[in-house]
Amino acid sequence: MKAEKINELYFGDVDHPVTTYDRRDFLKRLGGGIIIIMSFSELSFLTGCKTKQDEERPDFNAYLHIKEDGSVDCLTGKIEMGQGVITSLAQELADELEVPFKSVNMVMGDTDLCPYDAGTWGSLTTRFEGPVIRAAGAEAREILIGLAAKELGVSEKQLEASEGEVFDKNDKSKKISYADLTKGQRIVQQLKKAPELKKSKDFDIIGKSVISTDAVDKVTGKAVFSGDIKLPGMVYATIVRPRVWGSKKLSVDASGLDDFEGAELVEDGDLVAVVHPDPEVASKAAQKVNVEWDAPESKADNETIFKYFVDNITESEVNEEGGMLSSGREACETIVEAEYHDGYKAHSPVEPHTATCYFEGDKLTMWASTQTPFGTREALAETFSMPKEKVHLKQNFLGGGFGGKIYNPQAIEAARIAKLSGKPVQLAYTRREEFFNDYFRPAAVVRSASGVDSEGKLKLWEFDIYCAGSRGTGLSYLYDIPNNRTRTFNKGDIHPFSTGAWRAPGNNTTTFARESQIDATAHAAGIDPLEFRLNNITNPEMKATLELAAETFNWNKEKPEGHGYGISLGWDAGTYVAMIAEVKVDKATGEVQPIRVVCAQNMGQVVNPHGAKVQTEGGITMGLGYALTEEMEFDWGRVITRNFDSYHFTKFSMTPEIESVFADNMDAAPQGGGEPAIICVGGAIANAVFDACGARVNRQPITPERILAALG
Amino acid sequence: MKQNVSFNLNGKPVEVEVNGDESLLTVIRTYLDHTGTKYGCGMGHCGSCTILIDKEPVRSCMMYAEDVAGKEITTIEGLAKGEELHPVQKAFVEHDALQCGYCTPGMIMNATGLLLKKPDMTREEIIEGMEENLCRCGSYMRIIDAIQTAGKEMKGGM
Ligand code: FES
Ligand code: FES
Repeated sequence: MKAEKINELYFGDVDHPVTTYDRRDFLKRLGGGIIIIMSFSELSFLTGCKTKQDEERPDFNAYLHIKEDGSVDCLTGKIEMGQGVITSLAQELADELEVPFKSVNMVMGDTDLCPYDAGTWGSLTTRFEGPVIRAAGAEAREILIGLAAKELGVSEKQLEASEGEVFDKNDKSKKISYADLTKGQRIVQQLKKAPELKKSKDFDIIGKSVISTDAVDKVTGKAVFSGDIKLPGMVYATIVRPRVWGSKKLSVDASGLDDFEGAELVEDGDLVAVVHPDPEVASKAAQKVNVEWDAPESKADNETIFKYFVDNITESEVNEEGGMLSSGREACETIVEAEYHDGYKAHSPVEPHTATCYFEGDKLTMWASTQTPFGTREALAETFSMPKEKVHLKQNFLGGGFGGKIYNPQAIEAARIAKLSGKPVQLAYTRREEFFNDYFRPAAVVRSASGVDSEGKLKLWEFDIYCAGSRGTGLSYLYDIPNNRTRTFNKGDIHPFSTGAWRAPGNNTTTFARESQIDATAHAAGIDPLEFRLNNITNPEMKATLELAAETFNWNKEKPEGHGYGISLGWDAGTYVAMIAEVKVDKATGEVQPIRVVCAQNMGQVVNPHGAKVQTEGGITMGLGYALTEEMEFDWGRVITRNFDSYHFTKFSMTPEIESVFADNMDAAPQGGGEPAIICVGGAIANAVFDACGARVNRQPITPERILAALG
Repeated sequence: MKQNVSFNLNGKPVEVEVNGDESLLTVIRTYLDHTGTKYGCGMGHCGSCTILIDKEPVRSCMMYAEDVAGKEITTIEGLAKGEELHPVQKAFVEHDALQCGYCTPGMIMNATGLLLKKPDMTREEIIEGMEENLCRCGSYMRIIDAIQTAGKEMKGGM
């Protein structure tokens, strides 16, 4: 699948059904016990990196293995990066299978042990994987009860499973453990039909708050990240980078390396690196390698990029259309037109991209900070024209991803260097490289026109999106506006550097623009923004979610001097979100202090309420950064932002009081939780700032300078 | 110029050969194989490399090995006593004050250093003392709660 195709998926709404693929024999190497294999959805089969499309795939992408000692392994190609699925998936499995939570061992993202998976992104795991894992757990339980019936000589109906044992309901002393039942068995079954799932009232573990299972390893320093691996004879690599992204190498002068004993130059096309057994020597020596680069000409910088987009992208696609724009305009008493800008944002996980690897014979083994171990494996296999079975990505922890670790240039670079140097290699990006090489959240422009009639009803909606995609913009989830048109303007190579998926791709930008526009329209019509929204929403879920937020926040309560309230609504990954923020603005300096954020979500079934709350808080905290402080500075490919002293994301003092509330929907299917909350932060803050001081800032981040400028 | 530097690491004397101009973070992670301490920025901005030097929280990426000759260094690996977690570690687990866990060692070391001086910090004091430790996952609220809990336990003296 091509990178553009992937990005199309990331930036669009993800809602695909399950399909099956041709079978491959993966299970040969597993020992005895009961094995249930399962597939999640078509999306799990997509490749995270560019690869041949016609490749055969196994028809399952996770399996559950109840081993002969009664312990349970659940293997999936998904990875854990702080979003908590290592815990919530184990909860779901333990509950349906009727085993103690602690007896489930999650094995994730190891390409030799786990079946293929396209990668961990798009808030897909809980939505598509959770239900399947539950079904597999339920099916295994049914099989075990069947075995127990034979063993105990009682009918299945009379048996019940609990805590890893099957017992006779009438005579609890008549029982047999899962371990005894699986001993000597070899049952492999593919999950096809949906077995009887537990109802929410019978849940023992689902819906209970569970602390992350990996917390102890993380507080003791035992959790292993890819840069914590040290191999015998390993060298550390430093890559000599150009100053300008997209430069081509002209010449290399490595004579400076003579001063560094043991330093070796590795050169392969535009890749120029120095390796040394000591990381600091490698880095110092690399500074002495002089490379002459041919840099591309500058076409725009962080201030002029918006005009550059509008001038250079003329082709558009209509994503949604209804009624007639001209009659819509006529029906309106008030029309608001505005343009919104959003700068490039970096993912900036605290752990930079890292890879440690070695070749042994014809096999490549790697630990990498990747959200797409299987895609990375395929990209590596393609780079070296080797069969992908010969590439092994090992399981390790990730220090955050947020979409940025879908892309793994460091893995390819590390392996190329290892191949050429003939030694095990670790390549850990410096913070500066992390900023330079990021697949940034694209800068974007939204142009909008909206109008209301004399009744305060929205009659007109025009929404032109440059470079942010259409994910989450569907009006049927949001507002009822009879005359509307949403268009997207995209051009693949328009950006000065790489861009990609950033937590809820595109939706942060478009939600900011839409909710600012709605707010501005409400104010222009002289209507309270809450009342205005409620009056223009017919979708019952959206309406209920907004009502829940307003009630939790207490919208009508009195505002202290200098404080303002702002609302934002959104829809992402199947989840409805309504957010209300309270901020305090210092009119003299333009400083904004977030005070309180209430976030109501209808995400269907909530598997781990504690985990969902953590994800929501994390999303809101991260969102405050893009709303208020985060922006890349650049002059075309010359990335000026290099470290955290010039790229500011949310710190302790900026974090407000956060209250997350969830609609009670325990028998519904679970929806996305990792991304939705973050989309509303920009709009809620922008509207709260306006409410506090009258400054309408149409550009993210909403900095003190921009607030002062808007105040005039 | 190679030289030998000696100090105590988590209570044990160590001697390590250094070039003299590498960061203490590299010395700890790469030469002494204590990988719990993390690199985040290399310039003193993020706090993931925080360790204690004679009980003072310090950013190891901004120090040289020779600066610590003869001193007592504590890293995240040195906090627990066997299986028994340190009160700050315990509180981080209890409050789930982490997500990806990458900033966590630095957060815990910085918090421990602050609490050793003042176990009963107010919320504002915690925020002020922790402000320059960055967490991209957004675990700040629970980290504050964890520090308050740990402080209560540490009040009795450590
Ligand atoms: S790595 Fe030392 S402060 Fe960031
Ligand atoms: S827990 Fe991920 S950076 Fe703090």
